[in-house]
Amino acid sequence: MHEVTFLGAIREAIGEEMRRDPSVFVLGEDVGVYGGAFKVTDGFYKEFGAQRVIDTPISESAIVGVAIGAAIKGMRPIAEMQFMDFISCGFDQIVNEAATYRYRYGGNLSVPMVVRGPSGGNVHGGLFHSQSREAWFTQVAGLKVVMPATAYDAKGLLKASIRDNNPVIFFEHKYLYRRVKETIPDDDYIVPLGKARIASEGTDLTIITWGAMVQHCLSAAELLEEDALNVEVIDLRTLLPLDKTTILESVKKTNRAMIVYEAPRTGGYGGEIAAILAEEAFEYLDAPVVRVASVDAHVPFSPPLEKYYLPNVTDIVESARKLAKY
Amino acid sequence: MDVKTNASRRKGGADERVSGGEAAQSRRELLAGLYYQLWRVRHFEDSVARLNKQGKILGGVYSGRGQEAIVVGTVFGLRRDDMIAPVHRDIGAFLVKGMSARLVMAQIMARESAPSRGKDSWTHTGDIEIGIIGSTSMLASSMPIAVGAGLAARMQGMDSVVVSFFGEGSTARGDFHEALNFAGIHKAPCVWVCENNQYAYSTPTHLESPVPFYKRGEAYGMPSLAIDGNDVLTVYETTMQAVERARRGEGGTVIECVTYRMEGHSEADQATYRDRAEVEEWRKKDPILRLRSHMLANGFTEEELPEPAPSIIDEVRDAIDWATRSPLPDGRQAVEDIYDESAGVTHWASPYPNYVRIPWLGR
Repeated sequence: MHEVTFLGAIREAIGEEMRRDPSVFVLGEDVGVYGGAFKVTDGFYKEFGAQRVIDTPISESAIVGVAIGAAIKGMRPIAEMQFMDFISCGFDQIVNEAATYRYRYGGNLSVPMVVRGPSGGNVHGGLFHSQSREAWFTQVAGLKVVMPATAYDAKGLLKASIRDNNPVIFFEHKYLYRRVKETIPDDDYIVPLGKARIASEGTDLTIITWGAMVQHCLSAAELLEEDALNVEVIDLRTLLPLDKTTILESVKKTNRAMIVYEAPRTGGYGGEIAAILAEEAFEYLDAPVVRVASVDAHVPFSPPLEKYYLPNVTDIVESARKLAKY
Repeated sequence: MDVKTNASRRKGGADERVSGGEAAQSRRELLAGLYYQLWRVRHFEDSVARLNKQGKILGGVYSGRGQEAIVVGTVFGLRRDDMIAPVHRDIGAFLVKGMSARLVMAQIMARESAPSRGKDSWTHTGDIEIGIIGSTSMLASSMPIAVGAGLAARMQGMDSVVVSFFGEGSTARGDFHEALNFAGIHKAPCVWVCENNQYAYSTPTHLESPVPFYKRGEAYGMPSLAIDGNDVLTVYETTMQAVERARRGEGGTVIECVTYRMEGHSEADQATYRDRAEVEEWRKKDPILRLRSHMLANGFTEEELPEPAPSIIDEVRDAIDWATRSPLPDGRQAVEDIYDESAGVTHWASPYPNYVRIPWLGR
């Protein structure tokens, strides 16, 4: 066992997979000599060389496109978006090229690649360094969408993503990068994609969440114990494919559901989960499904604005109390 | 076994020649081969146009009529392990690279037996085993992918080359510039074939670019030139030089093939925005007519230059029959072929990566 940060766990995952499999390589802006804007690939250039740690020009579309081309030739590229906000510049390559290749080849082609990078707010990054865009990709068949909440999961899920034979969009919440420290096993392990985790067991109310909001929800669950409210927190870990079984089993047990996410409320993935609960667990629900999310705005810069924008522990606690009383 | 074959094997390249370009022992064989492939593409596409008029084709039809010298001249001399990234007007490139006429026809006719199993039409599919990288409708989007495939081949210790096609209109897309910039930096083994057919749908060249199209390549450090795209020999020779240069690790070349789109953008387009005299002028420069006159002046007889060879007529007829007989897919197959849930090495994976030091990248 050893102690590691969320970021360190990600670095370990990439490094170990590169040592294990020579077809794995990384490319992105400043990932080489500099080791990445957040130092995720620190030391890799020295260890693996310029052929496997490729510093790219500022060309998100080409970064993703080059990764796709290498993937269809049997390599396993890991493309870094310096900030996941910039993924919009590579959007066409992801949704029209990477996601559709296998379909267009009648199942005779695979695109084993990962697009990863720092996502999310609460770091005063402003409009273009704070977005949570995971929902954009959940509507695209052919992609997998992953967003870990713990260092253990970050490592295991990233390793699973690198070994997966499909394009995986891997969102790393930058708020967690250095704030999360955990003791994780030394051995090689993976966390399978598509399996949610019960972060905290409970019987009165289910909170479904992912990414940095998992920490907020666990804090809220602790506070709610004082109200004698026993909250179950589900960390989705993977948004696509979605682990419906874990969600439905929990809600059938607690009969109350709340979805907490950092993306803007409208059109967020919480809406999809609420719809699934309405369709498949309606008779088990004792109250309407509630969403706690960011407000419908852009992620603002000034601290009071950003505080207002993001869901916080108080919001979650208050909504949970209301939901429990319904 | 000659030295060249040995080298090719050692580098992990498949030694099979697709259409005989490199195997052509003589000038005479080369000319005959090019002539045959030009007619093969022409007859296939004309047959598709006819089927379309009969309502037997469901999707869009984008004729490459008049531009055959480009797909034939560029692909004819490639090896099996070389790759091509054709776009919508390059259905002929599929045939020359080695996809059977049956499969291409089934693809167009939305059949279950098609390479995409009916998922999409036209050039949106491919076959990585024979080096065909399919495109989408987002033009120039396959160019960064061509760079990645070329760099991957190099990482795998192969000397395969990628020939990437694009229309002159696509040179305005960001992906064109991002791809060429990336390729230029890495000396990616890619040959960039611009098919300047004078129109982006209805938009003429002076509204597409303020500079000659090939000039754009110079900005990315590549030799760039414009050639007569209706002269198949020029296209063949220029491409092969560029391919060998790329194979030697010296990087890409931008080749603007100046040609003309004889039909509308698609079969739905009457192309009334064009001057009839302009079309007639280009009709005289038909690539097949030109090669034919050259061959007649160089020792070939009329009997040796059928229009087209009976075997081509048979091949296309058989393709139509086979595709017509093939069933359409079952509707439920719409949810198949989305994910690959197998584990481990992808089955077509090329030889193990063999990273070599690339001097211009530093370490």
